[in-house]
Amino acid sequence: MPTPHPSLATLTAIAAAPALLLSGFAWASGWVGPSRIGGGTIVDAIEHNAGKHDGYRRAHAKGICVTGYFDASGGAAGLSRARLFAPGRYPVLGRFSTGGSNPFATDGRNVFHALALQLTGPGGQIWRMAMDHTPIFPVATPDAFVALQRASRPDPATGKPDPTAMKAYLARHPETKAYQDYIAAAPLPDSFAGGTYYSINAFRFIDRAGAAHAVRWAFEPDAAFGALDKTKLASLPTDYLFAELRARLAKGPLRWHMTVTVAAPGDVTGDATRIWPTDRQKVEAGTLTLTAAEPEETGACRDITFDPTLLPDGVALSDDPLLPARSAAYSSSFQRRALETPGPSAAGKALAGKGR
Amino acid sequence: MPDRFHVAIRALHWTMALLILAMLFIGVAMVSTAGPAYASLVALHRPIGIAILLLALIRLAIRLHTGAPPLPADLPRLQQRTARGAHILLYLAMIGMPLIGWAMLSAGGYPVRLSASLVLPPIVPQNLFAYGLLRRAHTLVAFAFLALILGHLTIALVHGFIRRDGVLETMLFARTPAALPDAEEEAGQALPADSGEEPAEIAPS
Repeated sequence: MPTPHPSLATLTAIAAAPALLLSGFAWASGWVGPSRIGGGTIVDAIEHNAGKHDGYRRAHAKGICVTGYFDASGGAAGLSRARLFAPGRYPVLGRFSTGGSNPFATDGRNVFHALALQLTGPGGQIWRMAMDHTPIFPVATPDAFVALQRASRPDPATGKPDPTAMKAYLARHPETKAYQDYIAAAPLPDSFAGGTYYSINAFRFIDRAGAAHAVRWAFEPDAAFGALDKTKLASLPTDYLFAELRARLAKGPLRWHMTVTVAAPGDVTGDATRIWPTDRQKVEAGTLTLTAAEPEETGACRDITFDPTLLPDGVALSDDPLLPARSAAYSSSFQRRALETPGPSAAGKALAGKGR
Repeated sequence: MPDRFHVAIRALHWTMALLILAMLFIGVAMVSTAGPAYASLVALHRPIGIAILLLALIRLAIRLHTGAPPLPADLPRLQQRTARGAHILLYLAMIGMPLIGWAMLSAGGYPVRLSASLVLPPIVPQNLFAYGLLRRAHTLVAFAFLALILGHLTIALVHGFIRRDGVLETMLFARTPAALPDAEEEAGQALPADSGEEPAEIAPS
């Protein structure tokens, strides 16, 4: 078949089709247009602030694996149809950690003590949680998180953040100032076992009728609360909290009660810097029992990410903008460390040292 | 030899074209943002990916069973071979991308959740380094797939509007070869006797 000489209009139209697709793609990916905060941006900000520790989680880098089970009482079954709330015992994999990006940081710092959990229910239902020992978070949005990381970057010369940058940030973010005041005054648990761990963000429980209930939850310990002496944090042994947890678990299991708080109409669900009034309805969903701790080298907690948006049927996201941001950032951190060789953990090193 | 693809192949081709383009856009958009759209896009990405996998397998079976119309005899051999290779690569990408995604989530220890109550089992054992490699492969193959699609589209248009050799029409629903501008209008009155098609089955909307 002869090929007729194409007109310029035909050629242009033919070239326009792939060109249009490609520009749409460039727009969708954010290569053109206003800059976006993605999971990578958040992790970049953390690395910019705290330096890069190859092979480790970019946040809460220092941790230890724990295992146990969750005994659902059925108490939350009216609020959520999640099969993990039907009376029964479900296996749990968890991880205690301290905030920050340094996997060998000393435990004597006024930072988050955190508990991450994976509950496994029937039918492949998985619930991951990443909780902190404070009911509130320093920032409400991913933008503020990135801005705070940048403003609080320690000056290499002094080891302290630039006071002008921090002052300018705090002037724009009174919620971070309020958090700083709260954490400065709040007692710091002297044991992972005595900490209460909060969902931080609000979620929605979906009941059997399909109705949604705005909730937060907390794991409240059986162990008595003791506080660290904040004036002597600097002299606390480096791995104090981790060693203390292993010693306790060697003596017997540790328990927490999962308490669900139900929001009243009008309670804000989209702001993790604000708590709800204390008189809200509370429901006990079950008991968490942790029986063993293992360093990350041999435990199963290192090679998964405790993305708090991995929810079972019956639990759904709220409008809190931190939730998708946490998911995207955790994914980015997970992708980066997956291709790096995982290094030893503080707990693993301590154990190896003892064995010698 | 048929003068165009089986009607099921054509229907699948255009359905999948939409789904695959949507998927590439969703994929690249979701990794660009940590905003509220992120969670919704991720939730869309998994079921559409598995749908594409199923449709691609059905399409491959039909394609192997019904064959393809021949390319024009005057098309140089190298171009015929390139076309064949590109079409094999397109099928590989359609089947490979969802499989890489599924394997990647499996290796990363993620639940492969398609809907509220449907969670697919893992297809590879959990392994962090394998997750890292598969995650990277998912991106690289996506870009290669996009490049293939852009090339495929451009060449299809060249066949349809410059060579006018009937190749584009093998994937269309017009009742007669639509190389001529008036073909659609004439089709109702003057259906070629040798078309071998049942007009009722392939009527354009």
